[in-house]
Amino acid sequence: MAKGGNILPVVTVVAAILVIWCLAVIPMNAHLTADQAQRDGMTITPESAADRQDYLGLTLALKNPAIIPLTFVHNRPRLPSPHQVADEMFRTVFGENITSRRSLIYHGWVTLSATLLGFVIGTTLGILLAIGIVHNRTMDKSVMPWAIVSQTIPILALAPMIIVILGSIGIQGLLPKSVISAYLSFFPVVVGMVKGLRSPGAMQLDLLRTYHASDPQGLWKLRLPASIPYLFASLKIGISAALVGAIVGELPTGAKAGFGARMLVGDQYGQPLVTWAALFAAAITAAGLLAILSLLERRTLRHMGMVAS
Amino acid sequence: MMGYLIALVIWIGGWWLNTKLSHSPASDTRSVSLIIPIIFGVTIVLMWEVLVRMLGVSAVILPAPSDIAVQFANSIPLLWADLRQTIIKGALTGYIIGMAAAFGVAIIADRSEFLTKGILPVGAFMAALPIVGTAPIFVKWLGSDWQSKAAVVSVMVFFPILVNTVAGLKDSTAIQRDLMRTYGAGYWSTLFKLRIMVAMPFIFNGLKIATTLALIGAIVAEFFGSPTLGMGFRISTSVGRLAMDMVWAEIIVAAVVGTAFYGGMAFIEKRVTFWHPSQR
Repeated sequence: MAKGGNILPVVTVVAAILVIWCLAVIPMNAHLTADQAQRDGMTITPESAADRQDYLGLTLALKNPAIIPLTFVHNRPRLPSPHQVADEMFRTVFGENITSRRSLIYHGWVTLSATLLGFVIGTTLGILLAIGIVHNRTMDKSVMPWAIVSQTIPILALAPMIIVILGSIGIQGLLPKSVISAYLSFFPVVVGMVKGLRSPGAMQLDLLRTYHASDPQGLWKLRLPASIPYLFASLKIGISAALVGAIVGELPTGAKAGFGARMLVGDQYGQPLVTWAALFAAAITAAGLLAILSLLERRTLRHMGMVAS
Repeated sequence: MMGYLIALVIWIGGWWLNTKLSHSPASDTRSVSLIIPIIFGVTIVLMWEVLVRMLGVSAVILPAPSDIAVQFANSIPLLWADLRQTIIKGALTGYIIGMAAAFGVAIIADRSEFLTKGILPVGAFMAALPIVGTAPIFVKWLGSDWQSKAAVVSVMVFFPILVNTVAGLKDSTAIQRDLMRTYGAGYWSTLFKLRIMVAMPFIFNGLKIATTLALIGAIVAEFFGSPTLGMGFRISTSVGRLAMDMVWAEIIVAAVVGTAFYGGMAFIEKRVTFWHPSQR
């Protein structure tokens, strides 16, 4: 992504987002901070908390400039400041033992392992079905429209049911979440791979026929290599969907472990920092997975001579 | 045993029919291309019905399609109320806000080469993140009613629409822009008469991706808190009391609405971008 001259604009945009975030912290937390400061003995201009409710956060902060620095360090903020989130993440990533339930690495691994298992299952099945669709006209005509329609349906809504059904027949832990990740990554891979396996032109297919190549040979020597760019495009969609699936799959299980459970715990026990840290950790995980896939993509395509390096 | 046998017969029958149809000379006509997947779907539903009935599968695990249909018919007022809460108030409002914000930012960003270069990669990156995870935060800020759902949806749809719009606005060629200049067109008339039109295929690509995201956002956000109404609320509470037929009824609604929303966008796209090679 970073091609020479693009770094500066990207950094600028990111910096602008951070500045907006920091500015938003002041009005968002002004009321909470004013209440807290009053309890600690500071004088706040409208004295009763009820009167303060009539003020906008920004007006309140401007009337009491003394509370502005305090809005950034409130314990249970409505909007935590960037450094608080970074602090919380640093503490729960490096400060805790990996096996501890307080460690974000532990929760991350719970989510990541379900994501990866589901992703591998979904991708494998997706590729197999795509090969079937390309070689069998009946399958193509019967299944392909459904695979395309599935892309327009919020199938993620099935997640709570799958968790409970699999739980009721005694399957718990990693597998139910992987099932969700698997079917979420399955359909994009099917659609992308069918496109990819069909991408060789008539000329190329004819050439193979003049070589008297069999169907499997055509698959291995022409269709599969030609489909690799499409495969990577679908893998990137699939891995993001798989991660979201695993996180949502963690919501209805009574919140034991994983990013989804952390978000829910932080939400229910009034610990916004826990929610925010889990959210950012999930985002970083997604970014990491995508970066790995992009790297693999670039290396594979270069190895196959599809891009000029 | 009998159940498996009947299911197998149904499968063979459906597959045989589809094989006949898909290898017949009329297989590429519109009606046959539509009938084949429908036969496939009916085959699956019939097998599902037979297997559930004959094997006595508990309704807690998998209700029979006929049970789901009965539940659906009996709870239409409830399903409609849920749909209004989640889709019309939550998803649609959020979709429109997110779309408007994305267009606004795209047009501002488009004025500067520097901003475009920054926003494109950042936006593409954000679009790939699990934004639906912000749902608990928005529920905390905006309360559990539809406003928080609309907020989650608008953030989710914002990035794909933004990235596609910014990319689309760059798509007009130098010759086209030069032509506009020879007509004496200024920035705004070039924008509205040429560049937004050229960007339409891209914009609709983003809008179509966003339809599914909007529904996902509105439904999943309700898992984190909602009034006693809404599709996500109904799904999570029905799962809790093991009323799987109700869950399936909601999923049918979600599927129909999702397809209709996407189909509606695709229809508008066809009308607007009739000139594009992909539509001819």
